[in-house]
Amino acid sequence: MTSRASRFWRSIFVIARRDYSAILFSRSFIFFLLGPLFPIVVIAMAGGIGASVSGQLQNPKLGIAMQAEDVDAFVAARDKLARTVPDTPEVVVVLRLKPGENVMTRSLLDRVKDGSPIVAILSGPLSNPKLTGAGGQIDRWEGPVTLIAAEAMRGDTTALPAVNMERTITAKADTARKRIRTAQASQTLLFLLTMLLAGMVMSNMVEEKANKIIEVLAAAVPMDAVFYGKLIAMLGVSLTGLAVWGVFLSPIAIVGAGLPTFAAPAVGWPLFLLFGLIYFSFAYLLLGSLFLTIGGLAATVREVQTLSMPATMLQLIVFFFASYALGAQGEPIEWVAIVFPLSSPYIMLARSAVDGALWPHFLAIVWQAFCVALIIKGGSTLFRKTVMKSGPAPAKRSILDRIRGKREPA
Amino acid sequence: MTKSPDKAEFDRAVQADTGTLAIEARDLVKRFDGTVAVDGVDISVPAGTIYGILGPNGAGKTTTLRMLLGIIDPDSGTRKVLGSENPHAIAHRIGYLPEERGLYPSMKAVDAIAFVGSLRGLPRAEGRERGRKLMEDYGFGHIADRQIRQMSKGQAQTVQLLSTLVHKPDLVVLDEPFSGLDAISQGRLEKLIRGLATEGTTVIFSTHVLAHAERLCERIAIIAGGKVPFEGLVSTARDRLPPQVHLETRNLDGPWRSALPTGAEPQVKSSGGALFDFSLTGEVEPLLAALIEGGAGIEALSIERAGLHDAFVAIAGEAAARALEEGTAEGDVK
Repeated sequence: MTSRASRFWRSIFVIARRDYSAILFSRSFIFFLLGPLFPIVVIAMAGGIGASVSGQLQNPKLGIAMQAEDVDAFVAARDKLARTVPDTPEVVVVLRLKPGENVMTRSLLDRVKDGSPIVAILSGPLSNPKLTGAGGQIDRWEGPVTLIAAEAMRGDTTALPAVNMERTITAKADTARKRIRTAQASQTLLFLLTMLLAGMVMSNMVEEKANKIIEVLAAAVPMDAVFYGKLIAMLGVSLTGLAVWGVFLSPIAIVGAGLPTFAAPAVGWPLFLLFGLIYFSFAYLLLGSLFLTIGGLAATVREVQTLSMPATMLQLIVFFFASYALGAQGEPIEWVAIVFPLSSPYIMLARSAVDGALWPHFLAIVWQAFCVALIIKGGSTLFRKTVMKSGPAPAKRSILDRIRGKREPA
Repeated sequence: MTKSPDKAEFDRAVQADTGTLAIEARDLVKRFDGTVAVDGVDISVPAGTIYGILGPNGAGKTTTLRMLLGIIDPDSGTRKVLGSENPHAIAHRIGYLPEERGLYPSMKAVDAIAFVGSLRGLPRAEGRERGRKLMEDYGFGHIADRQIRQMSKGQAQTVQLLSTLVHKPDLVVLDEPFSGLDAISQGRLEKLIRGLATEGTTVIFSTHVLAHAERLCERIAIIAGGKVPFEGLVSTARDRLPPQVHLETRNLDGPWRSALPTGAEPQVKSSGGALFDFSLTGEVEPLLAALIEGGAGIEALSIERAGLHDAFVAIAGEAAARALEEGTAEGDVK
């Protein structure tokens, strides 16, 4: 048994080593390295959708707890200036105070922020307003609030009231919002990396079939080992690519120029990076095994090219689905995204950014590994059944014919 | 599964006849999408022998070999290769040259040989070393570091053949190995196959060129339409037909004529003698005695065993023989 297992792993290693070195020293690896330059448009698109999701999910609002007439004046001034002043906060009236009545803004904020998008409270008179909330958020709102308060007082924005800033130590919504940005960025990166690989994986078997070496492989090693070997080789190539990109990007990262800053993920950076590596591997293995299966059934490069577009579309759909599910935490759609193998790595990586629980990741990793094994088993069985037949002109049968089981001469 | 009396008897006969078997296949059946490609094939390949699978294109030779090698699984039947029912488990003891040759074009010849060796469990460095030695022994040392894409078809084919042998397999399976080779290369390949058998390696090859099988094989399987109408010694196949007699006499007639089989009609020679061609139905001694004592005046007499081609026609039928000849005429050198 051990010997059989070791032979299996050795076979995988032999296939993987050949493919890895063949790809690494080919022109296609250069294109692979240049690949990230092309999908910038996709990043922009995805970013747009992500922003929308983020907005729907946690659009932060400013709660107002002032005397009634100040509330009305502030809301009216805010509506007036919203069209011209950037970053004008959306406001929610929390309390209309009677004259002489005071409010404990911190405890009020604690009471209202759970389950609501309110992340800060504006209190006090318009002449000396007080902003209570998370540092980053109230800092952004300080300017607009000053202008609105001035407008509310006299319609004269040249005399600006001083805004008192009361920064709370933690601001849950703010942190969550930032973490979602981290989650979205990780999903986008994951998507881009796997998208670059898909085409290469799909055409992987065609080389063996075109060069007619597939039968040599099939006779010497189990077809599962061929599939695993090819997938692992491509994974190795992509990790090498990542390392190369890392070398080029690290000076930029060190300087910090032009790179966005992200909030620390809920599981912490080290674990998040580890999960990133794991989920990237599984995202790639899941998609790769599927594409390898489909590509294995293709007889010609032309067929593979024809299949590339639907494959890319499939990836986009999976990515958008996972992005959408990120905005629906705790809802059934999120669970569907977690259980559906292709979207599972995306949503789980994003989850690790916003939720610190670790046990779901262990379950997800086991599930994804199982799905990879299942797809590879199915793919290699299908390959043996449909492709490894004797007889002339296999190239004349289309993939659909193969799947439908139309006869090939023996 | 209980064997039928016929099968059991067949197995016993084969065991008695062949000793240790490198390959045992019983009742192999393979269907592709409902069409039977191989229908109840029995094969017994004694260890250390050269075994031929003969048949026209599309007869089921490649499918049979693929089943024996575990590339595809039979729908029913059993196979045992080098004592194992799982061919992949003993892949390191098998070398295989498929009908459709192919290597990675960007690989150098020695690397290609080493790669195939490593698929069969040979360490790469050792594979390269052995590959270079094989290339040199075969007279290809000067192109050992050349990429496959820079080689002629024949050279690449030879590299693939050598890659089949690099791990020193106990069993070598060659699917149409002579196909695409010129006459000289075919001669070298025949020599190589004989050499392997001399060293104790079992060689099984498929061919639709009977001459190769006739020269090389001890045992053959004739396969046609997915069935095996004959499996056994080449001599047994040939013995299925009576020997052919060619007789030239000075005299046209006499009492000796009654010794000739019915239907042996003479061709009259201008000199007055006669030519007879007929199948020998009985013993040769009584015939000779009758000819001599009856005063036939024998000018020439030859008795030849039936050739494999005639045996093939008798066993597989005219249609299969025609298909075989058409396949041969498509580009193979006899």
